[in-house]
Amino acid sequence: MLKRISFTVNEQEVSMEVDVRESLLEVLRNRLGYTGAKKGCGVGECGACTVLVDDTPIDSCIYLAVWADGKKIRTVEGLAKNGELTEVQKAFVDEGAVQCGFCTPGLIMTTTALVERGEKLSREEIKRELSGHFCRCTGYKQILHAAEKCLNNICKSNEGQQVNREDN
Amino acid sequence: MSYQVIGKSVKRVDAVAKVTGKAKYTGDFVEKDMLVGKILRSPYAHARVKRINTEKARALPGVEAVLTCADVPHIKFATAGHPYALDPEHRDIEDRLILTDKARFVGDAVAAVVARDELTAAEALKLIEVEYEELPSLLSVEAALAEDAPAIHEDRPDNVIASGGYAYGDLEKSMQESDLIFEGEYETGIVQHCQLENHNSYAYVDGENRIVIVSSTQIPHIVRRVVGQALGIPWGRIRVIKPYVGGGFGSKQDVCLEPLNAVMTLAVGGRPVRLELTREECMIDTRTRHAIKYKIKTGVSRDGKINAVHITAISNNGAYASHGHAIASSGGAKFRYLYTPQAMKYEPRTVYTNLPVAGAMRAYGCPQIFFAFESHLDEIARALNMDPIALREKNLVQVGHKDPLSDTRVLSCGIRECIARGRELIQWDRKKALYKNQTGDRRRGLGMACFSYQSGTFPHNLEVAGARIVLNQDGSVQLQIGATEIGQGSDTVFAQMVAEVLGITVDMVHVISTQDTDVTPFDPGAYASRQTYVTGMAVRKAALEVKEKILDFVRGMTDIPAGALDLREGNVVYAHSGEVVMPLAEVAMQSYYDPVFSSPITSDVSNNARINAMPYGATFAEVEVDIKTGKIEVLELFNIHDSGKIINHQLAEGQVYGGAAMGVGYALYEQLLFDEKTGRPLNNNLLDYKLPTIMDIPDIKAVFVETNEPTGPFGAKALGEPPAITPAPAIRNAVLDATGVAFRRLPLNPQHVFEKLKEAGLLDRDGE
Amino acid sequence: MVSEMYDIKEYYEAKNLEQALETLAADPGLTVVAGGTDVLIKMHHGRIEKARLLSIRRIASLAGITVGADVTIGIGPLATFTRLSRDEQIKENLPILVEAALSMGGPQIRNVATIGGNICNGATSADSAPTLFALNARLVLKSKKDERIVPINEFYLGPGKVDLLPGEILTEIRIDPADYRGFGGHYIKFSMRKAMDIATLGVAVTCRLAGGDAFADVRIGLGVAGPTPLRCREAEEFARGKVVSAETIAEIGRLAVKSTRARTSWRASREYREHLVVELVQRALKTAVVRAGGVEIA
Repeated sequence: MLKRISFTVNEQEVSMEVDVRESLLEVLRNRLGYTGAKKGCGVGECGACTVLVDDTPIDSCIYLAVWADGKKIRTVEGLAKNGELTEVQKAFVDEGAVQCGFCTPGLIMTTTALVERGEKLSREEIKRELSGHFCRCTGYKQILHAAEKCLNNICKSNEGQQVNREDN
Repeated sequence: MSYQVIGKSVKRVDAVAKVTGKAKYTGDFVEKDMLVGKILRSPYAHARVKRINTEKARALPGVEAVLTCADVPHIKFATAGHPYALDPEHRDIEDRLILTDKARFVGDAVAAVVARDELTAAEALKLIEVEYEELPSLLSVEAALAEDAPAIHEDRPDNVIASGGYAYGDLEKSMQESDLIFEGEYETGIVQHCQLENHNSYAYVDGENRIVIVSSTQIPHIVRRVVGQALGIPWGRIRVIKPYVGGGFGSKQDVCLEPLNAVMTLAVGGRPVRLELTREECMIDTRTRHAIKYKIKTGVSRDGKINAVHITAISNNGAYASHGHAIASSGGAKFRYLYTPQAMKYEPRTVYTNLPVAGAMRAYGCPQIFFAFESHLDEIARALNMDPIALREKNLVQVGHKDPLSDTRVLSCGIRECIARGRELIQWDRKKALYKNQTGDRRRGLGMACFSYQSGTFPHNLEVAGARIVLNQDGSVQLQIGATEIGQGSDTVFAQMVAEVLGITVDMVHVISTQDTDVTPFDPGAYASRQTYVTGMAVRKAALEVKEKILDFVRGMTDIPAGALDLREGNVVYAHSGEVVMPLAEVAMQSYYDPVFSSPITSDVSNNARINAMPYGATFAEVEVDIKTGKIEVLELFNIHDSGKIINHQLAEGQVYGGAAMGVGYALYEQLLFDEKTGRPLNNNLLDYKLPTIMDIPDIKAVFVETNEPTGPFGAKALGEPPAITPAPAIRNAVLDATGVAFRRLPLNPQHVFEKLKEAGLLDRDGE
Repeated sequence: MVSEMYDIKEYYEAKNLEQALETLAADPGLTVVAGGTDVLIKMHHGRIEKARLLSIRRIASLAGITVGADVTIGIGPLATFTRLSRDEQIKENLPILVEAALSMGGPQIRNVATIGGNICNGATSADSAPTLFALNARLVLKSKKDERIVPINEFYLGPGKVDLLPGEILTEIRIDPADYRGFGGHYIKFSMRKAMDIATLGVAVTCRLAGGDAFADVRIGLGVAGPTPLRCREAEEFARGKVVSAETIAEIGRLAVKSTRARTSWRASREYREHLVVELVQRALKTAVVRAGGVEIA
């Protein structure tokens, strides 16, 4: 059973026929070539397949492709512009948060969404926000450091903006 | 010795590829007209396949092939990721068929299909009719060793794979001379690697009628050999390619999928076939860590000197040999480099059971034996009313220690400094005093444990490694190694070694991360924490050869003797003054294009490391036990390591955090469970198997005591596996300190803790 | 084409509630899917085969959270756990439900999983259930022809079985002011891990005090203490009017076990679960007392 859906992936408009049986992960990986999203369990336990749907992190393995109709999808491939890494990507590189790399794209997407939400979070809250991602390599420490680094930066820049507003 | 690049926290060479999604793993490649392979698994733990009817499955539209034991080569082969041994006595046990006619565990592969898509393949599996004759299931080592137990493999009627151990000194005499004898029994559980990328591969036949297998493996060269053996075809007809790998931890130091994948593509005329395990499959039909039961008897003098140690062990290997007895054997061998009893006897037995196959998993038999012995030591310390640190310090090896059973010598040893650092960092003396005589519902305690390990497998196995370097026109180099990057950071460490020797920056070293058995140098792969030490020697040798050729070429250009020259900061310089002679790029261009002397500079070396080095370390842990619920919280955890010279601190810390976290999981959470009657797995998924999340792992601290290992490249020793060894016994000993209850079995999960605390009478208050 | 697919035979997407009820009335055998975190996983494990799905996920009218003029709180079944945990009305009036919502799965799951799905799949381990039991939630069930209201305490019929008649859809979860105003509450999810886990035991306790030092009302909802979520009526009866003290709370904990029907499984033994009921009911109640304005009991 095929259905035509329209959505954007990394700001590219896509209109395509999808099989109602396909997950968003399968469509992204096998039909559109966005292989940055990984499959680690197929049931929403590991978080490796995390992408942003309307800026919200979801497990794309348990999200039917037809549900993406009309949505804005973002994957890890869409972050760096003209070869320039985002702050989140840079933080993951600099803090040594990457080992085998299989959980990395998902964690980067969740962290990106957190940064964009712009809320100030405690260490425990950050951990809770990242708790939907398993990593077997890192013990999570350098991942936490990377997330803290860019979240702290964001908070600093927000504070800066507020100051500016007061100045005006 | 001062280094420019060695010892620096250089960023991973593959980090950008991995944060942008550009790093390609096996599952990210798509071939045209790719088919899907799927496996039919036995629902019984032990059963003979009497008949298989595949007619209906074959008739299903979209099914391209159905395979049973009768359709595939019937050659028994060994799967372990060890180098081949020319001596038949030293080879791994050949007990596996590509598809079996006798199921030996729930999940054993009895048939397979190749179909156009996953759903069709799954549908076809349901249409295969298998008639089984059930046999008694042997789900524990006791059942397997019972006198009337049926043989799981006909050529091992007693179900014992092997039982070789070792002994030195006069055990009986040393026991008799001891003031006190202590005995204890300890047991570890079955755990699984849970690397994020499940086992997967795809295979096709190329235009030259060779089988190409792209696989997520730690051991591409070994995969090629084993596929050749399993199919009975010349090894050269097989080409194995290893792209980026999403973790392995030993589960991919074994040949799990590739022979079947090869047979699948042959069955469909060479079309590409993908074979990808689900998480549920991966957890039962790849490898697990051996559950081992230990009995330990130790003779000590009143002042804490260990005189005699007698350890017997029964290792539960599951249904097929895989690495088999090597695990129990290797654990015992590595253990010999920590303490110095006058006499020791180690008697391990490795036993077949009808459970999933145990194989290599991070630290290869050491998490088990060190859990047992380090737990045992703390019980001895309590009985002697001695501080656990003092007891250990009385018995540690020193530099110069010679193994009583081999020629191996300890040439660097920082274990005493590791312990001293841990003691200070966790505030051992202050807190030990503080936590005495607690009575509340939440009690705290401190524990520690030590380990010794090895760097590679010599003298037990061959330790050969290959490296190839090509000097490019711009003065950068390509580095090829047969050793595999699986996340641990070896590519970056090798790049640092090359950069150090050639006086260039790391970004001028292009590491080819993909291994392709057609082109990459020979190296057995990622295991035994061998790559920095063993492959590092080959990389250093290759770089030195390139350096020599460069300087020799410059001599030809300038008449300056090579001995007066050096390479620094991308230039050829005078060694004594650093005065620049010419940029390296200029030499490179000349080496390519000089009309007369053109001879591009390369090296292609192999190094047979007939040597080993012992890394050391200790874990210190502080815990809080919630007596009423049985929950244990790890408050602090320090892993202190002597791995010789640290090549890259940030990467080394990453290894420690990850390994120690795995140790925390082993201590408190993880356990693969099976139905006691049927042998069916109960929790082979990531919801029910309790892999720790970011919220469950304490703030682990990594500390290095840097010794200089004279045999290692740049003074380095092994690091990859050791961090996973001692967290479990350290946590267990901290719980003993907090509660006075001696746990003898892993994991210390809430149900287990509840039972033991109840048994110890700690829950008796409040009328419960 | 290599593709792992879900075993879906038919798929319908309802635009609004009327259409959903119409479709379901014509074909009551359809499986209703909302967030999908339960249904798709069951399909992955082969527990649902050849699925015929009716998606209600785009029905905006079922996703709201409202407070009526009489301060009855209405929660749309499509409200996600993330939405619940961040909603200002819920945070202010039902903080215990925020605790329950945040204990569920992980963030990505909470971003799509709905409270309606959590209840309607009938699991005793549902993270929202003990709290909704303690809150005396009422469920509005609609079919094409009828509408009825069922207390959540009567909704669960057995493991995986709920009182949802053919053609019915859960359209609202209602909580009356009398069941939350003046109450303090606390939810404890006891599980091995702090995230991404299934409860070994879920304990939701709410209480109201009389005169500051006596229990006017105690409500205890438990998950995984029996084949369905349940209330501890005997303990609740005992508590009424009793002075708030460590002894009273200990007795409440002991009595709570009488309402349970825990069983031994590979996850935990009955004995251990019962031990946890005694202990965790006390812990949850002690916190609830403080939140209801009482004093801290050691």
